[in-house]
Amino acid sequence: MSESKFKIVAEESIQPIKFSFNKENLSKAKDILKMYPPNYKESSIMPLLSIAQFQNDGWLPKKAIEYVSEFINVPEIKVLEIATFYSMYNLSPVGKYHIEVCTTTPCMLRGSDSMLNLCKKKLGLEIGEVSKDGQFSLSNVECLGACVNAPVVKINENYYEDLDSQSLDTLINKFQSNKPVNHGPQSKRKGTEPRK
Amino acid sequence: MAHNQRGKALNQGNKMIKKENIIFTNLYGNNDVSINSSIKRGDWKNLSKLLKMKKQDVINAIKDSGLRGRGGAGFSTGMKWDFMPKTIGRQHYLVINADEGEPGTCKDRDIMRNEPHKLVEGCLLSGYAIGASKCYVYIRGEFFNEANILQNAIDEAYKKGFLGKNILGSNIDFDIFIHLGSGAYVCGEETALIESLEGKKGQPRLKPPFPANVGVFGMPTTVNNVETIAVIPTILRRGANWFSNLGREKNTGSKIFCISGQVNKPCNVEEELGVPLKYLIQKYAGDVIGGWNNLLAVIPGGSSVPLLPKEDCEEVLMDFDSLKEAGSGLGTGGIIVMNKQTNIVKAIARLSKFYKHESCGQCTPCREGTGWLMRVMDRLAENQCSVEEVEMLEEVTYQIEGHTICALGDAAAWPIQGLLKHFKKDIIKNIQKKNVA
Repeated sequence: MSESKFKIVAEESIQPIKFSFNKENLSKAKDILKMYPPNYKESSIMPLLSIAQFQNDGWLPKKAIEYVSEFINVPEIKVLEIATFYSMYNLSPVGKYHIEVCTTTPCMLRGSDSMLNLCKKKLGLEIGEVSKDGQFSLSNVECLGACVNAPVVKINENYYEDLDSQSLDTLINKFQSNKPVNHGPQSKRKGTEPRK
Repeated sequence: MAHNQRGKALNQGNKMIKKENIIFTNLYGNNDVSINSSIKRGDWKNLSKLLKMKKQDVINAIKDSGLRGRGGAGFSTGMKWDFMPKTIGRQHYLVINADEGEPGTCKDRDIMRNEPHKLVEGCLLSGYAIGASKCYVYIRGEFFNEANILQNAIDEAYKKGFLGKNILGSNIDFDIFIHLGSGAYVCGEETALIESLEGKKGQPRLKPPFPANVGVFGMPTTVNNVETIAVIPTILRRGANWFSNLGREKNTGSKIFCISGQVNKPCNVEEELGVPLKYLIQKYAGDVIGGWNNLLAVIPGGSSVPLLPKEDCEEVLMDFDSLKEAGSGLGTGGIIVMNKQTNIVKAIARLSKFYKHESCGQCTPCREGTGWLMRVMDRLAENQCSVEEVEMLEEVTYQIEGHTICALGDAAAWPIQGLLKHFKKDIIKNIQKKNVA
């Protein structure tokens, strides 16, 4: 479904040789299993893959897929199928800051193409690439569902909204120099109210 | 209310919705979202009294209110609930569709982060009405922070005894679980959502059987949109009559509209159904960039509905039936405004790319068709097509529409049909101009 480069399974040389949940995630995983009827173990695949990806710096190695399939005792292919179908699972490494620029029509009408170009130029990255120092990766995504705050960029779990060239530039500067950032609208408003 | 009366109200400069009728008073997050603050705003009030209502009375009240689903299809919520089996032999489920991803739509996000208790209480009351003791809220994975806020609200409700076993001594049990999606627009289709909840690829099911008989985990299930469920407590408290007096006949109540694109002040706003589109854009969104006369077209209900050219935007009212009559639809209430500086073919071509990306690949007309539409639309945006290809493009959209399991095929076809219906002359003129040159 997705043609993102991060959906291509990473080459053998960078695949870790093992994966298992850390203590915190193990207890989370056990709670997840309790959410669904016992005969529908497959329901846990998505949340388990999500915590596995979170634990592994934003991408799913082959061993994590194998681990999740063993964890709930379902065939590995069922887990792989989920990992490839849903666009948020990355099968190859992403940067410490994974930048996803929304470029669907409502964002496009507010200048998302120039936001994407700014990211490319400033970070020296093309879509689907990771910077050499592993700090940044760049992706363009479909509608993030924050259209009245367009253009919108998602970096890891957070949305950065109401962007323009200047505020996006400032934002990336802050990430580059490890300065604190506030997510949400980068304009003067708090949420989706009309600007004053 | 009749059309001319609304026009009158407008001329007098009256605000359409009265302040006391606004349901989502914390839409913009000006107050905190804690349970105590929400109780002060009226949520959870008289809960034990509401839980003493008979199930069928709750369903009837919602039927009488005229509430139509806010997720896009606009089907009567009360009727949908009535499809659920009345004898509780099997586990019933309520599933909340919070997989908001229709381009132009961002209302459910505001409800989850700023009015989470309206949704949580709505889940309980709706679940009670349909005999469900378990509820899953399926939230799109990107709304990680919103899911955390909602989870926090759920935890607070458990602590107060508003969720869990034997709620306030009523003998009613109710549990809510959050299931995060992971980036698939098609999971907003109810049967795809059910498949996804069962841990499969989000590929829609053939109906029948309908979810009310065979839904999630093979059990009777009702899937409702976030906004639909979040207005339930207020309707039950203030009465079906109050709600049905808002809006227009058969299009009752208020709704959150999302106004995006080329307006001066893009925003979300709650208004009564039947509010004129022009009023919404001018009053709340600070008008079209460059003024009303600079308007080219509006997509009035999220990307899946056909666009309306400026002349149709002058008078049209924002409700299910008015927009249908105008050749479009209310959909989710996501209003995408395009002014005369927009390359409209490019804007619609971008939507074609969206549908190509989001097609689940199950039905051939959609899987192959969306890719074909995208490629032709991309060339059309560059003025690289012949007149014959434009005709063919139109024909292909009709070959996709209605020939797929779910409505994603239709949704891919409609924006192009809308474009060609209103702008074909301009497009062909452009092609001919190029040919002469």
